[in-house]
Amino acid sequence: MMQDSLIDYTLHLADNSLIMGHRLSEWTGHGPILEQDIAISNIALDLIGQSRNFYQYAAQLKGGVTEDDLAYLRDATEFKNMLLAELPNGDWAKTILKLFFFSTYQYYLYQKLIGSTDTQLSAIAEKSLKEVTYHLRWSSEWVIRLGDGTEESKKRIEKALEELWDYTGEMFLPSEYESECAKNKIGVDLGFLKEDWMNKVIQIFAEATLPSPKGEPVPTLREGQGVRLNGKEGKHTEHLQEILNDMQYLQRTYPGCEW
Amino acid sequence: MIETLNKTEASHPSPTGEGREGTEGPLWEVFIRSKQGLDHKHVGSLHATDAKMAIENARDVYTRRMEGVSIWVVESKNIHASNPDEAASMYDPANDKVYRHPTFYNLPDELKHM
Amino acid sequence: MSVQELETIFDNKLEREIRIEPKDWMPDNYRKNLIRMISQHAHSEIVGMLPEGNWITRAPSLRRKATLLAKVQDEAGHGLYLYAAAETMGISREEMIDQLLTGKAKYSSIFNYPTLTWADIGAIGWLVDGAAIMNQVPLCRTSYGPYARAMIRVCKEESFHQRQGFEILLTLCRGSKEQKDMAQDALNRWWWPSLMMFGPNDDNSPHTAQSMKWKIKRFTNDELRQKFVDICTEQAKVLGLAIPDKDLKWNEEKMHYDFGEINWEEFNNVVNGNGPCNKERMAARIKAHEEGAWVREAALAYSEKKKQRQTPTAA
Repeated sequence: MMQDSLIDYTLHLADNSLIMGHRLSEWTGHGPILEQDIAISNIALDLIGQSRNFYQYAAQLKGGVTEDDLAYLRDATEFKNMLLAELPNGDWAKTILKLFFFSTYQYYLYQKLIGSTDTQLSAIAEKSLKEVTYHLRWSSEWVIRLGDGTEESKKRIEKALEELWDYTGEMFLPSEYESECAKNKIGVDLGFLKEDWMNKVIQIFAEATLPSPKGEPVPTLREGQGVRLNGKEGKHTEHLQEILNDMQYLQRTYPGCEW
Repeated sequence: MIETLNKTEASHPSPTGEGREGTEGPLWEVFIRSKQGLDHKHVGSLHATDAKMAIENARDVYTRRMEGVSIWVVESKNIHASNPDEAASMYDPANDKVYRHPTFYNLPDELKHM
Repeated sequence: MSVQELETIFDNKLEREIRIEPKDWMPDNYRKNLIRMISQHAHSEIVGMLPEGNWITRAPSLRRKATLLAKVQDEAGHGLYLYAAAETMGISREEMIDQLLTGKAKYSSIFNYPTLTWADIGAIGWLVDGAAIMNQVPLCRTSYGPYARAMIRVCKEESFHQRQGFEILLTLCRGSKEQKDMAQDALNRWWWPSLMMFGPNDDNSPHTAQSMKWKIKRFTNDELRQKFVDICTEQAKVLGLAIPDKDLKWNEEKMHYDFGEINWEEFNNVVNGNGPCNKERMAARIKAHEEGAWVREAALAYSEKKKQRQTPTAA
């Protein structure tokens, strides 16, 4: 039972990084400024690297599978990433805000995960935290630039906030495997993250001359056509399937090949 | 003798005149210390709208392969450079001052470590 | 000093292999020619991100995904080094990008061909990067200092690109029949466009002679092309792929491979904007540029505000 939860938890961490990294990599070659194209590609690379570390560990725990089996041969319902990660990039403002929310979350999560009794998770968290610290710094500065930039950039980031805020509650709503892992000191108790996360958001929004988000991260889940969406439990938006159609296409079309 | 780097020679105006500051922000020169104990060395330039962005851009552009442990950036327009036309008067006079180099002095071989 | 005297000094520097630096006197045409060449080179790196970037989201393994992303990102870096080198000659990046987007500046035609399968990513790495490296290594000794230094950096970073491409093809060639067919098909489509990358034949190349005299270029188009054919023909044997040229034959006397005539009509067509993807490539660049306009404005506006806050008394 605990072993299953550990595997699910590791996959959840891996899927978060992969899907977010995948989304960011869509910017490569299309960035608003050459230097920023390079910057966002770097962050995408970091996240894909993190996901590989988690997948490799999950593969080892499961036995008989590889990192690529886990990334390329699972169906959308088996993916455990947060919905926030799979949402389309939108414009630069939406991408930046999404990354800021995500990086703030990863920053506090990994800080705590270093204390995990699972030495592998602890080691991956320690390595990843260095990267995420930079992602947080970079995305915070962009939130500030856009919030305190022009009328248009402010409008765009406010619109992004409207579109994204509903997806932030999921970060702090533990799934069963998260609770189980937290109880066994392997995972992080999400209850402890919320305040830090919220304080950071308020601080950066203030610097960006943006009004603070209204209320707490929305804890209720999105209702979608009779289904309660919850990425951590495999109930995704249709965007995830779109991502997987692209990502898994070669592995699915030519099964069993080396690439 | 001293003039800013972004001005091309008056005798040879730039084909496009001034205006190197585009919408991507001004040009910055990047200097990187490759490891502790060594000097910062000029590695190239980039565009950024502020110093923070310039340092982060420099990190992302010029240290992707572990090339550095420390970064300096300076807006290109703040760099003052000597004029190459005056190279002769600036640098040639150092040519005949060999006595500044240790090999100029004749000392007996028995004398070690000096 | 008179222009003749300055020219003598300039020629003398070239003669003695002394690099020309940004503030040195240089003939107008040398400057123009270099701006054309460096900016064209920079544009090629940037447009070149598109055909390969297509496959980042579809790369078939996590390792391939990470390495392809790193490679395409490197190309952005190379474009940046080159724009910066051109900027030392007094043209702004903005002007250069404007020339690209309005169709006044050219970029390497190879990027106007589509990437249809995963094997194309291998073929681009092996052939297109291979041809680019062949062109670029001599440019590390080009007479203009900033260009030479940019090229040294580019060449150092690019060495992994070609190996990455070859490894992709090698894996396909050792795989299933479908994978090998995919690799052969990619070679069939990319071989001739790669040979075209070296430009027109020497007797048909308007810029080569002057560029050689100025020591901007060190080898002619045909010399480099021959070298490329010789090397790739051997490498294709390792892959077990057939180069799509019935005239390709070892010439014992010349100690080189003879090869067939390039379809110059196709070359001219693609150069003149009628390649398979010219319009898509430009549309993608224009879209990124236009959609990025408000971001650039916001960053500038923010830095202005910050400056004013720091110096409240300054006018």
